[in-house]
Amino acid sequence: MTRVDFSKADHYQHAVYPSPFHSRQKEHNRLKEWTRWSDYLSVPAYWCDSMEYFAGRNACGVFDITPMVKHLITGPDALPWLNRLMTRDVRKIKPGRVGYSVWCDDNGRVIDDGTIFHLQDGVYRICSQEQQIDWFMTSAAGFDVTIVDDTHDVAGLAVQGPTSCAVLKNMGLEGVENLKPFGLTYFDFEGTTLMVSRTGFTGDLGYELWVEPEYAEVLWDRLFAAGELHGIRAMGSKALELLRIEAGFILAGADFLPAAQAVRPTHTRSPFELNLGWLVDFDKGIFNGRKALLEEKKNGSRYQLVKLDIDGNKPAKDSFVFTKKGKFAGTVTSAMWSPSAKASIALASLETPHGKPGEELEVEIYFQRELKWNRVMAPCRVVKDVFWNPPRRRRTPPADF
Amino acid sequence: MTKYSNNSGIIIIGGGHNGLVCAAYLAKAGKKVTVLEAADQVGGLAATREFAPGFRASVAHLLYLLDQDIRKELALESHGLRMARTGLETIALAEDGNHITIGPDRVDGAGLSAEDRVAYKEYRRFMSKFAGIIGGLHNKIPPRLTPRREDLMALGKTALSIRMLGRDDMREFLRIGGINIYDILKENFDHPLLKGALSLDAVLGTNSAPRSNNTVFTALHRMSGNTGQAAGAVSIPAGGMGAVTEALAAAARKFGADIRCGCPVSRILLENTAISGVQLASGEQITASVVVSNADLKTTITDLLSLRNVEAGFAKKVGDIRAQGNAAKLHLALDSLPNFKGLSPEQLGERLVIAPSVEYVDRAFNHSKYGEFSARPVAEITLPSIHDASLAPNGKHVLSAIIQYAPRQLGQGWNEGKAAFIENIMEVLDAYAPGIRDKVISTELLTPEDIERDFRISGGHWHHGELSLDQFLMMRPVPKSAQYITPVDGLYLCGAGCHPGGGVMGSAGKNAAAVVLAQ
Repeated sequence: MTRVDFSKADHYQHAVYPSPFHSRQKEHNRLKEWTRWSDYLSVPAYWCDSMEYFAGRNACGVFDITPMVKHLITGPDALPWLNRLMTRDVRKIKPGRVGYSVWCDDNGRVIDDGTIFHLQDGVYRICSQEQQIDWFMTSAAGFDVTIVDDTHDVAGLAVQGPTSCAVLKNMGLEGVENLKPFGLTYFDFEGTTLMVSRTGFTGDLGYELWVEPEYAEVLWDRLFAAGELHGIRAMGSKALELLRIEAGFILAGADFLPAAQAVRPTHTRSPFELNLGWLVDFDKGIFNGRKALLEEKKNGSRYQLVKLDIDGNKPAKDSFVFTKKGKFAGTVTSAMWSPSAKASIALASLETPHGKPGEELEVEIYFQRELKWNRVMAPCRVVKDVFWNPPRRRRTPPADF
Repeated sequence: MTKYSNNSGIIIIGGGHNGLVCAAYLAKAGKKVTVLEAADQVGGLAATREFAPGFRASVAHLLYLLDQDIRKELALESHGLRMARTGLETIALAEDGNHITIGPDRVDGAGLSAEDRVAYKEYRRFMSKFAGIIGGLHNKIPPRLTPRREDLMALGKTALSIRMLGRDDMREFLRIGGINIYDILKENFDHPLLKGALSLDAVLGTNSAPRSNNTVFTALHRMSGNTGQAAGAVSIPAGGMGAVTEALAAAARKFGADIRCGCPVSRILLENTAISGVQLASGEQITASVVVSNADLKTTITDLLSLRNVEAGFAKKVGDIRAQGNAAKLHLALDSLPNFKGLSPEQLGERLVIAPSVEYVDRAFNHSKYGEFSARPVAEITLPSIHDASLAPNGKHVLSAIIQYAPRQLGQGWNEGKAAFIENIMEVLDAYAPGIRDKVISTELLTPEDIERDFRISGGHWHHGELSLDQFLMMRPVPKSAQYITPVDGLYLCGAGCHPGGGVMGSAGKNAAAVVLAQ
C-alpha cells in the first residue's frame, strides 16, 4: 500500500506559515525583517548577522529549521524503497543514526540532497531543502511503503557552536554529551519526547532538536534560559549561510540546480560533479540513476565542484573563474570572506579538466568602494580540505564550558 | 520443490508469433534458444483453439500484415503454411440488405455515386502510398534521437522517403498523418456504408473512435504490411491463424530451438542488477544471461521483474503506457450457415463488417468512454469454416467476429456485464442475419479482461499498447526501451508492444533477434 496524507496540507489557504517558534523569534528580531523559507516565515538576521555568525562559531547559535521539508517513511518496504531512491547504501544507516545522501533521477542528475534519520528500526525521516512528495510518490510504485509529508508536524531547532553541548546539559539533557556525530537519541521533555541529533549545517559541534510544534515555545524558553551564560543567541539565515560555506556544505538552488526544476538538462549536476562520488554505491544493487552514473564514471564528468582559496579579501560572489591564460574555467556558486579561516573562500563549479587540487586559477571579482566599481583578477587555487573543520566537531564527549 | 537446470543460452518468454519469429532467427544464427510458453500450445492470440467441442477459431482471425521476407527466410510454406483464401473483399452490411462490396481497387453496390467510385480509387492510391512510408520502417530498429551517425542516417532516410512522395503527396501526408479518419472520409466520400466500413479499418483493435486523433495513422498501419499483396489485403490461413504460429514453431524447432509449452514464467531472476534467468510457476529455475520477453513491457516489468528492479523514472513510464483494450472477440459455433440479408452463399466467405456509418461507429465508442459497452456494437465478421472445413464438425460452421466497443474497465464489471453485452451483439447480428440465434450451438465472448487474464496481455490490448503516434517508432513502448532493449542488462523485448506493433506481422520478433545478435 502506498499512501500520502494530504489532510494537513492546507497551504493553499495560507501563503506562508508562522513558525511554531514565531512568538519567540519576534521578541528577538530587532531588525523586524522576515523572509520566506519554504512554507514558513524565517529570519534573515535578528540583530547583526556577524554577531550571529560568531555566536555559531564561538559560543552557541540557535537557528529555526522547522521549514525544512520532512517526510516520514514507514511500512515493510521503507528500507528497500529508500535504497532504490538514494545513491548510497541506506542499509548501513543503523537505527539511531543519521546519514547524508543525495538522490537522482534516471539520468543520474541530482534532485536534492538531505539527511536520512533512522528514527527507530524501520522508521525513517528524510529532511530536504526541496519539496519531494511528487518524486517520492512516483518512486513508490511497487513498494509497500507509507510516505507522509510531516513538515508541519515537527518543530526543529539547530543548536550549533562550541558551547552547544554545555547548554543542552544545562537544560537537563543528561548524557547528551555521549551522543556521537550523526547519532540521534530521545529525551523526556515536559511530558513529551524530545529528539536530539548530533547534526547540523555548520561543520562544527552542534545538535538539532526536534519536538512537536505545541512544545516549540517551551523548548525555546528552556534552551535560552539554559544558555544565558553560554553566549546563546538566535541566529538568522545570513549567518547560517556563512557557516555552511566555511564547512563546504552545498545548498540546493545555489551550488546546484535541482534536477526537477531544470528546463535545460545540461544545467543540472550529477553526484560526481558535486564532489559527492563517495555517496554513490554501485555495489548495493539498483538505484535511481545507477545506469547513467556508471556511464558517467566510465566516460568522465563534465563539471567538478571545488573549493577555492582566493587571494585578497573581496568576496568572489557570482564570479567567473579563468585559467592563468585567461580561458574560461567555470563559475563561483557560493563565496564569502571567512572570518574563521581568515581567507576569501568560494565554492565553484569548474568545467573538466579543471579542478584538480593545487590548480592555480583566477577569479574575476567586481566590488564597490564608495559607489565606485572596481574589478580585480584575484589569483586563487583549488584546495582539497574544507576551510573549517575543527576537531571539536567530532570529539565525544565535547569539551565542557 | 525447486529444481535447478542449467541453460546458458537465450530464454524467450512467450511463444506468440513474435516470440517464435525471434526464436527462429536466433536459432538460425546458431544460438541456443528456449521458448517458454505458458499455454498448452504456441501462438498466443494467433493460436487456433477449440472454443466448443469440435469448433476451432483463433482470436486474431485475419492475416493482413505478415512480412513476406520472414515467410520466405523461415520457409513457412515448407512447414505447412497455406492460405485457405487470399484477397478477401470487404462487404459493408446494411440492415436492408443493400450492402456494398469494397475491394482493393474498386467499390461496388447499390446507391454508390460515380464520384464515390472515383474517389475510392484516389483514396486507395494515396493511402497505399502513405502506408508504404510507415511500412518502410517496420523492418528497421527505431533510430534514437541522438546525434549518432547511424541514427541520423536512419532519420534522414525516413525524411527522404517522405520527400520522395512528391510535393503534393508529401504535403497531403504531413497534413493527414496525425489527424482523424472521420475528417478524411468526409472530405472524400458520400456513401454512409463506405465511410462506415473504412472508418472501422482505422479503429479495429484500438481504443479510439473515428473522430479520435491519429486514426488516419492506424488506418495506414493496417495497410502497411510488407505482404507482397495489395496494401491491406486480407487472407485466411488454412487451419486458422494457428497455422502461422505452428509453422513458425516448426521453423524454429528445425533451426534447433527448444519450445516448451505449459510452463508459465513467474519471475525474471536477477543477480545484482543483471539478468540471471527465469523461474517457472512450477518453481523450476532456468539460468540464462539473456532473456527476451514476448510479453508486453508492463507485464514484463511489473509482473515478472518487479518495478523495484528498475529505476523510478522508467517504472513511471511503464505505468503510463496506454494499453486499455476496447475490442472483444466473439466465437459462435453454428449449426448451419447464417442467412445474411442480401448476401449470396459465396459472399458469406468474405470479410463482413457491421459499421453502417461513421456516426454509428462513433456512437458505439461513446459508451466505452464512460465504462459501458456499446448498445449497438460494430463488428468485423468472418466465417472461416467456409474456407477450411477442418474448423468445425461436418456441415457446421464457425463465426468469428471482432466486436467493439468493450472497454477493459467496465463500470459494472465483466462478470456482471458479459451476458448483457452478448445480448446486444446478438440483437445486432439478428438484425443483419435474421434467425442466427437459433443456429447458435455455443458462444464464447472474450472481453479485454479475459484476454488480459488468459493471454497475459496487460489491458487485454491486442497491440500490447495503444498504437498511436506517441507510442510509435522510437517511443514504443517507451523511450529508452524502443530498440528492443530494457534498462536491465540482458533483458530484451520482442513483442507487439515494441515497434512496429501488433497484427500478425512478425517484424518485432525479427528486429529483436537482430538486436540480440548484435550485442
